Amino acid sequence: MTRPLLLQGGRVIDPSAGFDHVADVLVEHGKIAAVGSNIGAPDGADVRSVAGKIVAPGLIDIHVHLREPGNEDEETVASGARAAAAGGFTAICAMPNTDPVTDNQAAVGFIVRQSGRAGLARVHPIGAVSLGQKGERLAEFGEMVGAGAVAVSDDGKPVASSHLMRTALEYARTFGIPVADHCEDPTLAAGGVMHEGLVATRLGLKGIPAAAEEIMVARDVLLAELAGGHVHLCHISTRGAVAIIREAKERGIQVTAEVTPHHLTLTDVACEEYDTHAKMNPPLREATDVAALRGALKDGVIDCIACDHAPHAYDEKEAAFDDAPFGIVGLETAFAVAHTELVLSGAFTLPELIRRMSTEPARVFHLPGGTLKQGATADIIVLDPMAKWTVDPSAFHSKSRNTPFAGRALSGRALLTVVAGAVVHDLEHATTR
Amino acid sequence: MSLGKDLTGLEHMTPEQIRLILDTAEPFKEVSERQIKKVPALRGKTIVNLFFEASTRTRVSFEFAEKRLSADTVNVAATGSSVSKGETLVDTARNLEAMRIDMVVIRHPSSGAAEFLGNRIASNVINAGDGKHEHPTQALLDLLTIRDKHGKIEGLKVCLVGDVLHSRVARSNLWGLTKLGAEVAVCGPWSLLPRGIEALGVRVFGRLEEAIEWADVLNVLRLQLERMETGFIPSQREYYRVFGVTSERLERAPRPITIMHPGPMNRGVEIDSRVADGPHSIILDQVTNGVAVRMAVLYLLAGGRAELAEAAKGGGGNE
Repeated sequence: MTRPLLLQGGRVIDPSAGFDHVADVLVEHGKIAAVGSNIGAPDGADVRSVAGKIVAPGLIDIHVHLREPGNEDEETVASGARAAAAGGFTAICAMPNTDPVTDNQAAVGFIVRQSGRAGLARVHPIGAVSLGQKGERLAEFGEMVGAGAVAVSDDGKPVASSHLMRTALEYARTFGIPVADHCEDPTLAAGGVMHEGLVATRLGLKGIPAAAEEIMVARDVLLAELAGGHVHLCHISTRGAVAIIREAKERGIQVTAEVTPHHLTLTDVACEEYDTHAKMNPPLREATDVAALRGALKDGVIDCIACDHAPHAYDEKEAAFDDAPFGIVGLETAFAVAHTELVLSGAFTLPELIRRMSTEPARVFHLPGGTLKQGATADIIVLDPMAKWTVDPSAFHSKSRNTPFAGRALSGRALLTVVAGAVVHDLEHATTR
Repeated sequence: MSLGKDLTGLEHMTPEQIRLILDTAEPFKEVSERQIKKVPALRGKTIVNLFFEASTRTRVSFEFAEKRLSADTVNVAATGSSVSKGETLVDTARNLEAMRIDMVVIRHPSSGAAEFLGNRIASNVINAGDGKHEHPTQALLDLLTIRDKHGKIEGLKVCLVGDVLHSRVARSNLWGLTKLGAEVAVCGPWSLLPRGIEALGVRVFGRLEEAIEWADVLNVLRLQLERMETGFIPSQREYYRVFGVTSERLERAPRPITIMHPGPMNRGVEIDSRVADGPHSIILDQVTNGVAVRMAVLYLLAGGRAELAEAAKGGGGNE
């Protein structure tokens, strides 16, 4: 049994309760025992003064790629969970595009067991929509949910067949889980490596038009309406998609959406000089898209931030732009990038950001955490929002280094990450377990 | 003024640098007219021609340019080399570097490959065509040929006709021509024009007749036949009817139009033979100038100075 933990005198922010005051937080038996003033320390408690720091529910990332099984040189469940803990995440959701694909209860159970062995940030598996992510036959949602899956997705590729997507949305209702879709019309996007626009024209690279995403977003909300199911739209990147989601929510369709830190902060200009660390799918778009995404996140049209953590071996990105794989790592930079760009710029308050990175992702995928209410699981972080640091990929806990933020001066860091009452990351005592 | 280490494209070059190359090419033209076509300017330099895509004209042109400057050259083609055995571009680069070469001429199907190589090796890198990005020496020889024909580039109206979307020749021409003060237009089916091209300061004609009405020079791009398979246009037959540069269409031009083509030509597809072989065609002059322009680029990147180019060629014939 872990010792009780008393965090004294921090600024406690709990977006789930609209709470934002200086207070103490007591954790006992893996749960939040009390939040209030002058809480006495139980016998044997680990008492820490966190005055001047932020105490908040742990961050939750509902869109992460771990590479186990299949490419353990790039990331394992344990290394991903360690990177997550260091980044202030107490829970992450692992996409099923592993090798083999996580499309059955045994594979889902494997992720759950690896997560338990690591004992770091929680890793919730996401099952595949279709067997082998081939887009043909539905995977067994019921058994996967029984084994611990929290959602289904064929992420990495879209569910191309409208019929299959409709069926998946209907069938997923039975189990109360969302179907998360990577929105991209495969025929429009075929061969594309970056956003279709002026930069792609100049670089001579094949573009992926914004319409490739928007067509699928529009289709998915229509199918969610038809099926009465919950569609979750992954990594939204265009202003047009924002408009479609806004309208769908106004019509009462069960749609939720996420956006990545990089789509909130970078544009296709980052692809200049063929920087393969700016190659991701969906691609970085234009400044007007970034502005629309920020606005949508602020007003809740986009529900949450998810970083689409996508580890790749360093030598895979050391290639011509066409030949490099899509994707970047994000768990260890997500909070600092979002905090520096969104909060310090004045666009968001800190409670608003924590809500979009903790409370809302928990709600969208029906996960524990995202709250400091008494009796809730003690998934807690202590943040130092003013901690200045420079991104050094060689210091990452992730096995991969592919980030466009290398060398970037950022502000904001997780000092302490607590999962179910146990400390899994302690920056000042350098013990990320 | 120098060109820097590499020549990867014209987009980031200054007008002065471009003029320097054209002016340096002038004295080198004469070398190819001699009985003994050789000068010692690059004696002792080793150059690798690294071609990841099939090429005849450009590779031969570079090789002549290198040999006429007395460089030692090696040709590596993608087929049959370690490249086709799965070696990565970065490993190829490191191995070349380990052999202590002086220059690499690279053609590669991926946009940005020349820049990628140039950033990783100390040798000079010359882009002989990278994906859909740039083909700078082709544009330079086009500029030189236009200047020879018209005595100037500034103020001329030049239209690039055809598959601009997939054309590295078009992009390099666009940068070179606009930097030297020409007016530039593109003309082709909308499915073969890149998005946002207007923002690069060019006029867009959807109909060839409008382009002919406007232009002093038509640079007719090659229609790559695989474009039909990928659905960008329905057929060669219809392409020729709508966008073929024919003598019938040119007869209606208000003034004689200079005709260029980077080759290889598809006669009867993008251009008809009477136009290609006609009095206003400078297509073979382009090929001739290609050698001189590439000699100038090699010479300048190797550290040669423009004012000494005349002297450099003067020492020829003594090998």
